[in-house]
Amino acid sequence: MATIKKKKKAEVPPLSTASLPDIVFMLLFFFMVTTTMREVTLLVKVKKPLATEIQKLERKDLTTYIYVGAPKSASLGTEPRIQLADQLASVGDVQQWVILQRESINEAERTKFTVSIKADVDAKMGLISDIKQELRKAQALKLSYSANPAASVEDLFKSY
Amino acid sequence: MASRKRAVPEINAGSMADIAFLLLIFFLVTTTMDVDKGLLVKLPPWTEDTGEQQDIKEKNIFVVLVNAQNQLLVEDEYASLEDVRRLAKEFIDNNGDGTCEGCRGLRDPNSSDNPRKAVISLQNDRGTSYKTFVAVRNELLGAYSELREDLSQRRFGRSYDDLSESDKEAVNEIYPQFISEAEPVKIGG
Repeated sequence: MATIKKKKKAEVPPLSTASLPDIVFMLLFFFMVTTTMREVTLLVKVKKPLATEIQKLERKDLTTYIYVGAPKSASLGTEPRIQLADQLASVGDVQQWVILQRESINEAERTKFTVSIKADVDAKMGLISDIKQELRKAQALKLSYSANPAASVEDLFKSY
Repeated sequence: MASRKRAVPEINAGSMADIAFLLLIFFLVTTTMDVDKGLLVKLPPWTEDTGEQQDIKEKNIFVVLVNAQNQLLVEDEYASLEDVRRLAKEFIDNNGDGTCEGCRGLRDPNSSDNPRKAVISLQNDRGTSYKTFVAVRNELLGAYSELREDLSQRRFGRSYDDLSESDKEAVNEIYPQFISEAEPVKIGG
């Protein structure tokens, strides 16, 4: 009997994965370019305050960070401390350190040098003010109080 | 001489994706994309003598005090954080001598002469919490940016952020920012 042999079914051609490496490489390059390795290990706890009037700091290389907060290791007490680069420091070190940081960037852009204070919400203004005085002495007058964006002013008030 | 042209075996590229994935995951994990944002302020240059020698009329200074309990005193009256922005705007925009063209203030003779003379003085205690300080600073900056935004809408019909640099400067000229952060003192314990 002559039967018409039906083709079993229209076979789905196997999905070509040849371009998969290309896609992955594309993602890889994206992350390689945008990545910035975490440059310091935080020794203090920093929970940034909320604010609405914040501006972005454009040039990371022209910015120096000062961290203020209670030390993470319990043996150092709970009193807020200053962290410069990778170690805890005292107020007296700030001036010298900031000057050194400013020296390390090239001369044409030194006027754009900014210090960003990343302080914990529970830090007291006494310590922050001492840092401010040191910055004034070091002639580092551009300052940023680092903060997280709040959705709205109402949100900000609610957190009090 | 038959084996001169030996075929080079093809390299299996199947594991290429795996290697790339490995690298990708490494960078995904180590990447930190946080852009630092904050309240930008400018500090006054260091001077040896701490006494303020500037002659500014009492009525042109808007004093905000924050004590160690994080309570606010604005122009000698208790205030809450919610009031600061409104009070500061009224003060800056007051235009007592009528020389400011863009202002729509109340023209109270006991408040500031014009925005170019108005100075906001923020004083805090050593015990004031950083959180409160930033919030108050934020409100004061907010007062200025709202006034600028307002003026820009009226004069140019556009948001301040969309203005050209020269227009921005024109607005800033009318509402320049004078916020002074005095050195902390002991205010009421």
